[in-house]
Amino acid sequence: MLDWLPENISTYGGAIDHVIRTIYYIVGAWFVLAEVVFLFFIFKYRRRPGRSATYQPGTSLKALAWILLPVALILGFDLAIEVVQAPVWEEIKQQLPIADYKVRVRGRQFVWDITHPGADGQFDSADDIQAVNQLVVPVNRKIVFELEAADVIHSLWIPHLRLKQDAVPGRTIRGWFEATQTGVFPLACAELCGSGHGMMKGELHVLNQPDFEKWVKEETAALLEVP
Amino acid sequence: MALVGGYLAYLFRHQLAWPNEPVPGFGQVGPDQYNMFVTMHGTIMVFWVAMPILLSGFGNFLLPLMIGARDMAFPRLNRLSYWTFFLSTVVLIVSFFVPGGAFAGGWTIYPPLSAEPGYTGVVWGGNLWILAVALEFVSMLMGGINFMTTTLSLRAKGMALFRMPIFVWMINVASILFMFSVGPLIAGAFMLLADRTLQVGFFLPAAGGDPLLFQHLFWFFGHPEVYVLLLPALGIIAEILPVFSRKPLFGYRPIIYSTLIAGVLSFVVWAHHQFISGIDPRLAMPFSITTILISVPFAFSLFAYIATLWKGSISFSTAMLFALGMIAEFLLGGVTGIVNGSTAADIYVHDTYFVVAHFHYTLFPVTFLATFAGIYYWYPKLFGRFLSEFWGKVHFTLTLIGFNLAFLPLFSVGIAGHHRRIFDPSAFEFLHRIQHLHVLATVGLIILLTGQIPFILNFFLSLRRGRLAEANPWQANTLEWIAPSPPGHRNFETDPVVVRGPYEYSVPGAAKDWLSQGEAS
Repeated sequence: MLDWLPENISTYGGAIDHVIRTIYYIVGAWFVLAEVVFLFFIFKYRRRPGRSATYQPGTSLKALAWILLPVALILGFDLAIEVVQAPVWEEIKQQLPIADYKVRVRGRQFVWDITHPGADGQFDSADDIQAVNQLVVPVNRKIVFELEAADVIHSLWIPHLRLKQDAVPGRTIRGWFEATQTGVFPLACAELCGSGHGMMKGELHVLNQPDFEKWVKEETAALLEVP
Repeated sequence: MALVGGYLAYLFRHQLAWPNEPVPGFGQVGPDQYNMFVTMHGTIMVFWVAMPILLSGFGNFLLPLMIGARDMAFPRLNRLSYWTFFLSTVVLIVSFFVPGGAFAGGWTIYPPLSAEPGYTGVVWGGNLWILAVALEFVSMLMGGINFMTTTLSLRAKGMALFRMPIFVWMINVASILFMFSVGPLIAGAFMLLADRTLQVGFFLPAAGGDPLLFQHLFWFFGHPEVYVLLLPALGIIAEILPVFSRKPLFGYRPIIYSTLIAGVLSFVVWAHHQFISGIDPRLAMPFSITTILISVPFAFSLFAYIATLWKGSISFSTAMLFALGMIAEFLLGGVTGIVNGSTAADIYVHDTYFVVAHFHYTLFPVTFLATFAGIYYWYPKLFGRFLSEFWGKVHFTLTLIGFNLAFLPLFSVGIAGHHRRIFDPSAFEFLHRIQHLHVLATVGLIILLTGQIPFILNFFLSLRRGRLAEANPWQANTLEWIAPSPPGHRNFETDPVVVRGPYEYSVPGAAKDWLSQGEAS
């Protein structure tokens, strides 16, 4: 099942995959064990002539130990999972790194409006590059995004980055990612936002530094040419 | 209503498997209709199938019988509850036929999408949705009050609380959970209605409101609601397993205690639906811990159920097959919940088909497998006749194959990154590689739906032609089997007196392998 994971292209995606894998193996083992015991009991203790059931109300602590022991183990595994995943969550969502590059993303029925700060690196200046459904970022840089929604709740979903974050009207939610590979990757909306929800999609372009600088220069030039 | 819900599922499942091809028996499905179908499928299955069948249906019939009462404590409140439910159903059905159609904002009705009719283009459908759900909840609330009062005041002589069958316990705990959680949701629903009709702005940022407030209100109800459905189902299974393995339920009291613990925990897990909703990320960790911890009491109960089979003498009636199937399938739903409960993993799987697969593996066994188990088991009590065991086994086989074929592939679909509620997966190139899994799932759904035909025929034909059943055909202990089949107007011919616990099977030294819980006075 985990083979279906799309290729990971972010610095923290591997950690998320690791958490998913850890949980998968732990609960998978429990699931198989429980089903095997269950099916074994069903087979072994099926009704047969000459054999009757044993009276076992499970009232004494000794009898219950057969259940309490695995339950205690489950509790232990639960806490282990929590220990594995807590730092990953903290790294991704609770701390914002110092930004190498900033970008604004605004969801609206049914497009992503993306504002790149342009050559001067500042928002709300003349060279801000407005793009629709196109998020262009340099590779191996810490990108901090400001996520907003114009009308209803949307959710920024970039599977290859393992990035998902709701965009809520009235709030600006900050998040970050760092892509480790150049290329074009899908970007979608993961929260039902109306009839066009299924068509609300864009592209993440990860460029190497020279290409990225070239792109910024060209876009800025195109902007300033307009009278 | 289950048939309506199933038909809606067929419509959008077909669209997912073969995007933009007309659906046989309906025609072309558009994106607006798609959203309407998924919204109404979820609404109907949770609120108009699972809850009324498990709580009201089984509860009303079994609870008085199991505690040896002649009727519910408030028979008139019961009828009022029934007619309120009937009215709510009418309102919901009508919403399909008003201009603009039924609601299409998702069954979780998140504002602002649901708060401004302009965002979905559905005006009256949304208002009627809120009204219908509110009426339905009022009806369930009346039912719950009735269950609790009946249990506390009308138990037969000798029926101590810790002699009550697990099912009675479960119905009462479920009623308490419902009672404490439903208030915020009804409040949220009316605030939403005010936003929709008067632009009050509880949830609209432009008017000073906050969309996330609604999510808190919704999930404060929504997560306990899962246990409101799960507990009666576990109760049904607890009644069936001992009878067909001729053993006492293993760990009767600890099961009750662990259920109470789970009930309390269920109120502090709601925000796991909101890990990436924009709430403060520091909130996520405590909710992740409580969510993962709730697996512990349920693991205890399930292990106790499995231990009940240990050294038993198991016979495979259709009721028992469904009960065993429920446990086998529910285990997968339970363990996959850990993935969603983990904050870091949830970043990826949230709002993907992984979640869809997970909650169908939880709610399908709960709603359908447990219900079928209960119907095959208590049908003789209800109607004095048996259902056909042969057609029951055909029904069981088709249901199990169809269900797994329909939902097992969806785990992979979700892991592949397929997000929910998109109308046309072919629009996304990275999803092309899992298209065949959608086809497989749709074939599974068709098998699942077709598999219900033998059940429906069996149910109605057996009313007249089924083998006649005596009062206690399964040699079971609980009080309902003392009453005649079907029970008369006042349930029991003479008031029963309870002399022992409900699960005394294969007691050493006893003349037979069962000892009825009650004796006629």
